[in-house]
Amino acid sequence: MAIEDDVLVIGGGIAGATAALAAAERDARVRLVTYKQSTLRHASGLIDILGYTPAGDGPLIDPFDALEDLPEGHPYERVGAETVRDALSFFDDVAGDAYAGEHTDANALVPTHGGTVKPTARYPASTAAGLASDPRDALLVGFETLPDFEAPLAAAHLEAAGAPFETRGVTLSFPGIVRDDAKVTRYAHLLDQDETVETAAGTTTAREALAERVRSQLDDEPRVGFPAVLGDERADEVRADLADAIGVDVFEVPMGPPSLPGMRLEDLLYDALEAAGVAVTSGVPVIDYETNGDADRIDRVVVDRHGAEIPHRADQYVLATGGLVGKGVRSERDRVFEPIFDCHVSHAEDRYDWFVDDVFGDQPYARFGLAPDRELRPLDATDDPEFANLRAAGAVLGGYDFAAEKSGAGVSLATGYAAGRRAGEECGD
Amino acid sequence: MAHDTEVLVLGGGSTGCGIARDLAMRGLEVTLVERGNLTDGTTGRMHGLLHSGGRYAVSDQASATECIEENEVLREIAGHCVEMTGGLFVQRPEDPDDYFREKLEGCRECNIPARVLSGREAREVEPYLAKDVKRAIEVPDGAVDPFRLCVANAIDAENHGARIETHAEVVDLLRDGDDIYGVKVRHDSGPGKRTHGASGTTEEITADYVVNATGAWAGQIGAMANLDVEVRPSKGVMTIMNVRQVDTVINRCRPKGDADIVVPHETTAILGTTDEEVDDPDDYPEEEWEVDHMIDTLSELVPILQEARTIRSFWGVRPLYEPPGTGTDDPTDITRDFFLLDHDERDGVAGMSSIVGGKFTTYRMMAEQISDHVCDKLGVTASCATAEEPLPGSENISVLEDGMDDFGLRSPIARRSKQRLGSRAADVLDTDAANPVICQCEGVTRAEIQDAISQSGSDLNAVRIRTRASMGNCQGGFCCQNMANELHPEYDEPTVRAALDELFQERWKGERHALWGEQLSQAMLNYALHATTMNRDNDPASAADPIGYEAFDGGRTRTEPRTDGGQ
Repeated sequence: MAIEDDVLVIGGGIAGATAALAAAERDARVRLVTYKQSTLRHASGLIDILGYTPAGDGPLIDPFDALEDLPEGHPYERVGAETVRDALSFFDDVAGDAYAGEHTDANALVPTHGGTVKPTARYPASTAAGLASDPRDALLVGFETLPDFEAPLAAAHLEAAGAPFETRGVTLSFPGIVRDDAKVTRYAHLLDQDETVETAAGTTTAREALAERVRSQLDDEPRVGFPAVLGDERADEVRADLADAIGVDVFEVPMGPPSLPGMRLEDLLYDALEAAGVAVTSGVPVIDYETNGDADRIDRVVVDRHGAEIPHRADQYVLATGGLVGKGVRSERDRVFEPIFDCHVSHAEDRYDWFVDDVFGDQPYARFGLAPDRELRPLDATDDPEFANLRAAGAVLGGYDFAAEKSGAGVSLATGYAAGRRAGEECGD
Repeated sequence: MAHDTEVLVLGGGSTGCGIARDLAMRGLEVTLVERGNLTDGTTGRMHGLLHSGGRYAVSDQASATECIEENEVLREIAGHCVEMTGGLFVQRPEDPDDYFREKLEGCRECNIPARVLSGREAREVEPYLAKDVKRAIEVPDGAVDPFRLCVANAIDAENHGARIETHAEVVDLLRDGDDIYGVKVRHDSGPGKRTHGASGTTEEITADYVVNATGAWAGQIGAMANLDVEVRPSKGVMTIMNVRQVDTVINRCRPKGDADIVVPHETTAILGTTDEEVDDPDDYPEEEWEVDHMIDTLSELVPILQEARTIRSFWGVRPLYEPPGTGTDDPTDITRDFFLLDHDERDGVAGMSSIVGGKFTTYRMMAEQISDHVCDKLGVTASCATAEEPLPGSENISVLEDGMDDFGLRSPIARRSKQRLGSRAADVLDTDAANPVICQCEGVTRAEIQDAISQSGSDLNAVRIRTRASMGNCQGGFCCQNMANELHPEYDEPTVRAALDELFQERWKGERHALWGEQLSQAMLNYALHATTMNRDNDPASAADPIGYEAFDGGRTRTEPRTDGGQ
């Protein structure tokens, strides 16, 4: 017998989780199925709405100002500027104290591990004290066993970027890390558990030992930045303890993968899904679907659960399987396609037209994805909805370059929210 | 007239570096100038095959004999650059029996160890060979790292007193009547190791004798003195797979044709190649069909290549040459032999010879013959020792591997580092400082990166070819930034940024040709990491206009800033 729900969301990143939460808010019975680990572990954990226009203007002080002028077909244009605001408020409610930035429409500028600054609308609480648009001086602390973050170089880069304060960087050894190749989760775990460590001065705890090393480097800076390894499950407590022991504000600098802020965001969303009563099935791919008699509605999808093919039937479906990175959009030598429902993906026939020669140029491949109508139903090659009860959200959508615009999380939120809300409404009809 | 050096070698490929090492070992004063990095031309753009000679055993037996001789020499003197994989000449049902027989006889005539395997035996050696492969000839082909080998020659030349100048482009030949006495070079950033962003200078370097070893670019050098050096550059494409589908070199056993070889190389396999004459060695089309042709044709031998992940493609140009009047139309018919053009004898212009043609496997033998010629010109009687003296890294490898500690590294990483560094491993890896892995795909640690930086300045592409860092699956997406971090604090922030930008662009250049499937996903991820997380596409430090920071969100107003300093 098929598993029956009102709304079935396929995909477990920001877009899928938001869609499921928004649908559940409409009293629908919602299930979310995900296959692979979400790409949030690659992501910085920052929630950007729009940092640069598609024409490259920016950094934008107020992302909402620019939403009205986006080209037709851009996911924000599809859902409308008001929905973007609503979705962000929705996120603010879900995130609570874990994220900051809701007190203003203005973007914040957040230093990241290369020492550049990046415009973003919401940032994790762990990052809040580190904004480059905050004029206080800063000390950056790197660790000799963490080659991703060279603190003195990042400090020099911030200066070159014109940051309005003095930054120094120092490189220390991390107390309790004995292997040169410890994973970032090991650093976080040491601090979470406040493990006992050996230092030259004797036995102490990881947090105290780290604070002690940093205190001796401090030169009146009112804030200290670390690579994003300050705890996982108890990150707030770790940060507060370090701030108390060092006597200054403490912040994290977002890093590349595996990214603890991204993983913490994932945890936050999954906690919210559980609280909202959404059924979540992880680690299973959707491998097929069946339509009803007219072929314009999806009747059910087939989920491969460890070799057993389990039909899942719902009234409404949301496709949030990600883009090229998340494999919601795939390609072969001569075509680009959406692998579950084979929704239309527009692309040049010749794959040498999928790219331009400048790595940071206007890359056609970065815009690959589904083109939806204003209800986020994917359109076929003749601009008709592929299915009446399928919506798409997040990076599986095309027509925008999230990397250049710094709009990835924002589009996932806005389209996830819009698709989920709509799905939740329609299943009651 | 004062002179700066006895011999000036133009070109930092395998031939040029081989000549520099040979002459320096003979006690001559040598300067080598190279337009880009070492190996920037043809040497760095080959499939890494150490020929057994089997390939030429029918068409060009003189070359075949040279290859097997040099194959054996390089195993001795450059063990840390060579992997003796063995090779198979594989016959499909449609490939001619006559040719198979000629190949086998040819190998035997040239003293190339060769034996016939049945189709079943061949598939036992290489399980991914096509089911209908008929039979194969086994020969001692191998894989060689052209970067490591070329750099080892340059290092040894330096150890013997030579001056090696990379990023020094020859802009003119110095000529007095019918006598060439040196060159004028433009340094990218000044003499010595390159530093990004440092302004360049020009320098005149005078010499008793000039050797033009610029390969496919030899005609351009010759033209500076109105000399006709008619090289015929011929391009070939190579496509890199992300894993080794085969562990031995797989050749197609048929008379000739494109796309007939797969070379296992470190963690990858390289598919090659085409052979098509081009006008300009710096400017020729790199086309989609060439890549498709590699995959489609070689899939006839190894079917899983059709579905496999490719990580990039690159093109190289062969420095083909044939004596005037031969009139060959098809570049595959042009001999792979090399030619020494003494411009005094040939053109009445003294002081310079040009080396053209030739092939990588016999670079040392070519260098020896050219060095003999140069010594003859200069009246020097010293003899060649390059066939006996191991290259730096290849002394006592077996002794070393038996007794060496693993330097606290995880064992697969230690093993790979030792393979790359050979006998230099102890010197490079024996450090008290933290030694984390910088490039995860290829297992390259900080100590190796720092060693390469000490050899090559801020040039991260030079670091790359010495270490393989950024050459794995992610094509630098995850490690370019970390490699650049290693330049600091020796190099300042703008220099590091310029070096990072250059490496990232270079990695993209080859990846563009593999933009489908897994590698397109990887490309998107790389782009997202660098543009989204790091905002490197809109880096405010590189922007024309400063940002008005005060207009952006500076955080919630704080109640009481901390000033207690922990007290």
